[in-house]
Amino acid sequence: MTAKFDLNDDNVVVVIGSGAGGGTLGAELAMKGVKTLILEAGGRHEIPDFQNDEWGSFSQISWLDKRTTSGTWRVAKDFSGLPAWIVKAVGGSTIHWAGASLRFQDHEWKARSTYGEIKDANLLDWPIDGAEMDRWYTIAEDRMGVTRTHGIPGLPGNNNFKVLEAGAKKLGYKEVHTGRMAINSQPRDGRGACQQIGFCFQGCKTGAKWSTLYVEIPKGEKTGNLEVRPNAQVLKIEHDASGKITGVVYADKDGKQLRQKARLVCIAGNSIESPRLLLNSSSSMFPDGLANSSGQVGKNYMRHMTGSVYAAFDKPVHMYRGTTMAGIIQDEAGHKPERGFVGGFEMETLSLGLPFMAAFLEPGAWGKEFAWWLDNYDKMAGMWLVGEDMPQEKNAVTLHATEKDQYGLPVPDIHFDDHANDTAMRNHAYSQGEEVYKSAGAMKTFRTPPYPSTHNLGTNRMSEKPRDGVVDKNGRTHDVKNLFVSDGSQFTTGAAENPTLTIVALSLRQADHIASEMSKGNL
Amino acid sequence: MTESGNRAGLSRRTILKTAGSGLIVAAITPAGMILGRKAWSATAEALKPDSFATLVQMSRDIYPHSRLEDKFYAAAVSALDAAAKADEAVKKALEDGVAALDDAAGKAKGAKYIAIDSEDARTSLLHDIETSAFFQKVRGNLVTGIYNNKEVWPLFGYEGESASKGGYIHRGFDDVAWL
Repeated sequence: MTAKFDLNDDNVVVVIGSGAGGGTLGAELAMKGVKTLILEAGGRHEIPDFQNDEWGSFSQISWLDKRTTSGTWRVAKDFSGLPAWIVKAVGGSTIHWAGASLRFQDHEWKARSTYGEIKDANLLDWPIDGAEMDRWYTIAEDRMGVTRTHGIPGLPGNNNFKVLEAGAKKLGYKEVHTGRMAINSQPRDGRGACQQIGFCFQGCKTGAKWSTLYVEIPKGEKTGNLEVRPNAQVLKIEHDASGKITGVVYADKDGKQLRQKARLVCIAGNSIESPRLLLNSSSSMFPDGLANSSGQVGKNYMRHMTGSVYAAFDKPVHMYRGTTMAGIIQDEAGHKPERGFVGGFEMETLSLGLPFMAAFLEPGAWGKEFAWWLDNYDKMAGMWLVGEDMPQEKNAVTLHATEKDQYGLPVPDIHFDDHANDTAMRNHAYSQGEEVYKSAGAMKTFRTPPYPSTHNLGTNRMSEKPRDGVVDKNGRTHDVKNLFVSDGSQFTTGAAENPTLTIVALSLRQADHIASEMSKGNL
Repeated sequence: MTESGNRAGLSRRTILKTAGSGLIVAAITPAGMILGRKAWSATAEALKPDSFATLVQMSRDIYPHSRLEDKFYAAAVSALDAAAKADEAVKKALEDGVAALDDAAGKAKGAKYIAIDSEDARTSLLHDIETSAFFQKVRGNLVTGIYNNKEVWPLFGYEGESASKGGYIHRGFDDVAWL
């Protein structure tokens, strides 16, 4: 029932990428009757292929193509070739994500107005707001089956949550619960309830967690309007003499280059590949890259303020049992500048298995103290701190001057320096995280540095004025009429929340816009 | 982690699923008691036997776990040995690294690295070279060589794969009782 489009079919909408942005958009367009082709760089691994094995899964699904890093961020030192921990497969990073589905707070759509001018930050208000997005969030939450919305009960708390909750309550935090999660707490939408397997990051073995791979894409394929073509890595977007997009060139699994015609193109390759593709698509008409008259393509790279706190207790916790992100403290999420920084952060449980704990607790560390932590592995609890970071123009995805990928194209370099606000927030978040666990009776606590980025945002940002950003309020590029951006690279600012729900809501809204414009004959 | 706690955890899992695998021996025998560290050098294929033994000692000093028998460190060093077998440059780098470490040990303590009794003295020698490519090669190899060895997991109370067992919904995902 899946569609099959000819390379010369110039009536097809081509979506590049199949994750939260592209997978949702492609499926939704198909359900609206639009002929849609998703080109996905990675392979198609279904649920039975997923592995409850951290390194095994990492090798199977991660985006491991060559990338370089620069800047003063800790990731550049610890993981110089792996700036981002994201997925190259059908479903994209919705295979790996933990499921946290939080709406932006209203003020976060208006960061520049709310926070004022922040030195060295390139803050801007989104051209849309919470009132506009409310409807789309509601639809997205229903689609994804988000707990604590639409009458769906919360998930039960696991050991890691219970420890977090006990500490949080002793410390006086009030907003503590098992989260708004796109993980079924009861059977829904043809998928079963969570079995508390753990290994959410390695692909959900029961499908209780929402992913475009087995939720959205099959629904799109069922309409007969959607084709998903895996192992198809887009290398260049092409245009005609008038500047209108005509199609894309992609490499198939054997490296053979093929030209797919298109009516319009939507880019959703995550915030590193999406700007890289625009930059690699430069032409005599667009010498600085496609859709880059503002010069903002690749700029304002955000990755959220992150860090983790782990704690060791004198009794067993077994934090790895059950959902990876099993609960949240939201008391710090608001904008309270009296803390010494603007914006806020979420505190969410997180667990790693022994193999990843050894690799990520304190990369590069060795000796007795490090060994002590792993000796206490089964008595550890952990949380991830995730908050709004400041967009900075110098934090950017650029094309490497000399390094080339397997197709001969420049690899992306990811430059990032923490903003003073990011550092102040991280220090405060670490300190509060440690207090939570000390309140629960921890023997010791540990400040774990950021992992490679999972929340890559902002490199094709949305702006009201064409000079300030790359896309308009519908995700359409300011410069090219039939070219859209459909992933987290649209984010004008990052907000404190995990981005997937907002990416999905924006995609549903964009699908509505595109279908409507097509039916009016405007696209 | 108390020893008794670890053994209790291990014995439970041993009964459940690893009976007969030899883990009982690993758990109740203090490290190095069955065989001296040098005994593992017999498994060296490319590296000099003495170098292999030194790398086993160095590996234990990098990630010292009294609960781990030498065979787990030796298994990790075997991966280096295999790399040395496949690549002459790796072999030379490892042999040169060991020689330099022994040289530094001789100057500091008048003995080869492996013959220095004091763990603190050995660790101090490692701190002197911790930014070297040699040290990082040995350490980096251990991150997966030790902690991604499935036989090691039960010794740290990590249960690994759970989907085939139905997850933890009925197996203690919320069994913490001491809070």
